[in-house]
Amino acid sequence: MFESIAEWFELAGETDVGLAGAVLRRESKETEADEETIRRRVSEALAVMRAAVDEGMAIDEPSPSGLTGGRARRLGAAGPELLGPTFTTVLARAIATLEVNARMGLIMATPTAGAAGVVPAVLLTLQESRGWSEDQLIDGMLVAGGVGAVIAERASISGAGGGCQAETGSAAAMAAAAVTWLEGGTREQVAHAIGLTLQGMLGLICDPVAGLVEIPCVYRNATGAVHALAAAEMALAGLDFPIPVDEVIDVMGEVGRKMDVRFRETALGGLATTPTGQKIAAAAGMDRLVQLQRRGRTDGESSARIGPS
Amino acid sequence: MTTGLFDILGPRMIGPSSSHTAGACRLGYVVQAIIGGIPEKARIGLHGSFAMTGEGHGTRKAIVGGLLGYQPDDIRIRDSFAHAAEAGLEFEFHEVDLGEDAHPNGTLFEVTLGDDTMRVKGCSIGGGRIRVREIDGFPVDLKGTQPTIVVLADDVPGTVSKITGIIAERGLNLATVRVDREGRGERALMTIETDGELPDDLFVNLHDRSWVHWIRNVHRLNA
Repeated sequence: MFESIAEWFELAGETDVGLAGAVLRRESKETEADEETIRRRVSEALAVMRAAVDEGMAIDEPSPSGLTGGRARRLGAAGPELLGPTFTTVLARAIATLEVNARMGLIMATPTAGAAGVVPAVLLTLQESRGWSEDQLIDGMLVAGGVGAVIAERASISGAGGGCQAETGSAAAMAAAAVTWLEGGTREQVAHAIGLTLQGMLGLICDPVAGLVEIPCVYRNATGAVHALAAAEMALAGLDFPIPVDEVIDVMGEVGRKMDVRFRETALGGLATTPTGQKIAAAAGMDRLVQLQRRGRTDGESSARIGPS
Repeated sequence: MTTGLFDILGPRMIGPSSSHTAGACRLGYVVQAIIGGIPEKARIGLHGSFAMTGEGHGTRKAIVGGLLGYQPDDIRIRDSFAHAAEAGLEFEFHEVDLGEDAHPNGTLFEVTLGDDTMRVKGCSIGGGRIRVREIDGFPVDLKGTQPTIVVLADDVPGTVSKITGIIAERGLNLATVRVDREGRGERALMTIETDGELPDDLFVNLHDRSWVHWIRNVHRLNA
């Protein structure tokens, strides 16, 4: 797609097609698919996202592991709405998609299955509250896709590659950029929104309890969505982030590469190896995992890659 | 190939894990495409992380679903064991050690369909992407992202040109061609990636040639 946010934004400025238009052109050129076909596929992706959100909001039983299920519904029904209904809905919907994912439901991995809750929660909810048309939403998805593609090239979008900062962090940066663009932000403001999101998530580890994409993942998606909203709000108000966005992305990649393997989706550290995390793993029938965790802890270092991505 | 838009906005998949569910399903799918249908028997070895954490990610259900011809977004994956019984697919899983160099999400398939038995090694490398590394002892590097012709033939002169010639007649470019043989004049396995899909019956007359053991048209995986 693009090697840097700078390259993409420069191109969009020169050609006057806008950020979404530049993504569309580049994707069309690289895949030989016409722009209409690409927009239709994005629209189909949105339909899957909507269905997953609706399915997740209605779940009232535990996932097969028992770790998640029903939390989105509870929040949606009983949220105190401290910051108004939109905020609560965003949180509930982020959890909803991950709860669908946990019970082998159909989701769009955007950019991954483990971070699939963030983009739909933010964009679908703000479409309702801000009145974006479906075409505008597709533009927003194109911008989000462009951001994810640059991060995938320069850093990482997977928990195994760079921890949770790379997975939900990327999803949040994608959502923040889309919101800022759709709310009329300039290219500079979109860049700041990405930087502001990532600075808040730098260093976040990936430590799934029992190796399952459930705890803390459902909550990390909700808080990732919050980061996206906070960054868009600040960027749209004209707040800048002094470190250029591509440098922020690069540092996220560097932190990910230097992150101990125990904190990169192996379930060998973090919340996964707390006493309770290990008990949950044993109860979920992941005894082999518990043994490995113990070994990983005594060895001090383990290259075993035993988690999902 | 750089990251494309739909690598980020997708894949559309049954959860919970792109590597342990979507990738696992694709491995099964490609194996059934290579043997040429839903196998009657499948013995599947799970290596590393697949053996360790696969249970909670539906890895086994996803692999069996793939063997039944399902792609990663097929909800039938959830109940694939029941569907396998209906389809006459007998399967069993075991843990296997494919060695330290093997990818942690590794698989070894031993599948039977009619008189054919095949051993296929593959792995799920993240984000739903897969690699088939070995077919019946021949090293391959099959990604499933391009339409691929897989041929086992005797190593007689002109084999490659005969097959690539048929593809060229359809006006399609070849993306990669890979040939590995057991030894001079013995059997050779060819994988040919093309830029576009070929009709399934294109090579039908080649089945009669004594030097072709089998030939398969492996379609591009859904994005």
